[in-house]
Amino acid sequence: METSNEYPVLEPGQTYSSVTAQIADIPLTEPRQTPRGWILGFFIGLVIVMIFLYAVGNVFIRGVGLFGINIPVGWGFDIINFVWWIGIGHAGTLISAILLLLRQDWRTSINRFAEAMTLFAVANAAMFPILHLGRPWIFFYLIPYPNSMGLWPQFRSPLVWDVFAITTYATVSFLFWYMGLVPDLATMRDRAKKMWMKRLFGVLSFGWRSSARHWNHFQSVYFLMAALATPLVLSVHSIVGMDFAYGVVPGWHSTIFPPYFVAGAVFSGFAMVLTLMIPLRKAYHLEDFITQRHLDAMAKVMLAMGLIVGYGYLMENFMAYYGADPFEIFNARDRFIGAYAPLYWTLLFCNVVVIQLLWFKSVRSNNILLWIIALLVNVGMWLERFIIIVQSLSKDFIPSSWHLYSPTIWDISVLIGTIGLFLTLIFLFIRLLPAISIFEMRELVHEEAEATAQPSSD
Amino acid sequence: MNAPGNELYGLLAKFSTPEALVEAARRTTRAGYRRVDAYTPFPVEGLYQALRLRSSPLPFVILAGGIAGALTGFLMQTFANVVDLPLNIGGRPLFSWPAYIPITFELTILFAAGAGILGLFYFTRFPEPYHPVFNVEDFQEHGSQDGFYLSVEAKDPRFDLVETRKFLEDLDAVMVAEIEA
Repeated sequence: METSNEYPVLEPGQTYSSVTAQIADIPLTEPRQTPRGWILGFFIGLVIVMIFLYAVGNVFIRGVGLFGINIPVGWGFDIINFVWWIGIGHAGTLISAILLLLRQDWRTSINRFAEAMTLFAVANAAMFPILHLGRPWIFFYLIPYPNSMGLWPQFRSPLVWDVFAITTYATVSFLFWYMGLVPDLATMRDRAKKMWMKRLFGVLSFGWRSSARHWNHFQSVYFLMAALATPLVLSVHSIVGMDFAYGVVPGWHSTIFPPYFVAGAVFSGFAMVLTLMIPLRKAYHLEDFITQRHLDAMAKVMLAMGLIVGYGYLMENFMAYYGADPFEIFNARDRFIGAYAPLYWTLLFCNVVVIQLLWFKSVRSNNILLWIIALLVNVGMWLERFIIIVQSLSKDFIPSSWHLYSPTIWDISVLIGTIGLFLTLIFLFIRLLPAISIFEMRELVHEEAEATAQPSSD
Repeated sequence: MNAPGNELYGLLAKFSTPEALVEAARRTTRAGYRRVDAYTPFPVEGLYQALRLRSSPLPFVILAGGIAGALTGFLMQTFANVVDLPLNIGGRPLFSWPAYIPITFELTILFAAGAGILGLFYFTRFPEPYHPVFNVEDFQEHGSQDGFYLSVEAKDPRFDLVETRKFLEDLDAVMVAEIEA
């Protein structure tokens, strides 16, 4: 237990049964007592999902010509959104795995939610490369399988690495998330009043009976899964970075990309956690569990990552001039004064200037301001991917092939649609499953009780 | 609830704190009981040692999975690029192993994680929807929430209904109940 921090990880006065009841009773609320705010939010999410389904249906039927892509800008919104979503997912893994290994006890009350966010963000991300394919129905050509053509995927290509990275990431994230859920599903089984619910949670929890023998195995696997997920999350976004760095396009061909992409991913991911967490803790009165300490810590991580990203911008420009490649120099200058300059300046404002406010404690403890900053970072990181992809591609080596890109209504509706899908899934998750890891909260109660040297009683 | 003949699975003792449970578990194993298990709503430090449980073999299962994944990934790519579909691209070597590393790494992680989960199912014998301990009503209510329990199976050679019950009660158990099989 860290005692130097003035904010507690858990507000005092909580017991095993009080944390259990408060968290487990949210999903067990009677359908008719569902909070109005939830219904409204879920409804808005569903409406946007309808837009998404319509847009995606159209794209599948009529093809990618609906998008604003052209030659040379062959990667438009689809790849921007792909990188953006996958980056958002990374904060979840960071919180659940890396902070577990570092034994940061403040992660406990946000890890489940952040992991769920990872899953939904990765699901959204994984759709985009498929939407982006001209012939999406043969996406499985990317997977190595015995085929009548006698062909293999090109294993030396980062785009194929990406397929492996994303599938592994999605699978491992799901397993890790579900594994942590099992003891809590058993709690739900024992707390549920209706028989069918008991049965449902009983099946989902595999008959977990909190035996010490099981905890013994469970813990050793849980820690090792965290240890596996940690390098995995770094590798996934490094590979996404290499998708670009392997190309000779000015603005892409840079060795700084993998680490710079990882930092950007964590940066935007923490911004998304804050964006969702601040309203959620308010709506569900979870201030005792998700305390000011959590928001403070997340804001600090966001600031640190933002500074690394800012360093990335600095190095990109420095290397462009230092490398003395005329195309790179042109590209770097074009970012500041070219057609997309307003977007570049906006991203610098969001990702570099605004976050400097987080140095101040008064800003970090002001939830509304923090929420606005987090939102701006989300926007800034999306714009960063837009600049990297669109601006770099639009002006390549020969001026005669230059072509600007502007999104169509389909690009925009698919992007907004995935945000709706994400919200819908988040709403379903907080309604149907315990959004905070209950057994880890009990552990925290126990540690707190030990720390204050009072016999923990119920 | 009532199985034919009301066979006894064992005894279940409840303790008020995790520390009391760990102490009770230590004394129970020291007294020679071997078929002992504990039930806690969260992993409790020191309990595995007190119960004299062997450390989990699952790290080795995960290691084996990781090695299998690494071999699969590396050999698959080598086979594809060197043996099955050798493509001469600008005279570059076919066995360009550095380019195989990312996929090898991803499959290492995938197989290791998969082995961990499958191994967990194997060693915990899940899914197991029925277990006698659920027949104790108090356990149903508190077992996964705020109760700390110790069970001694009737199959234990030292088990004796009267004496073991007395032994558990002497350990400051809050409650001792019979578990029907």
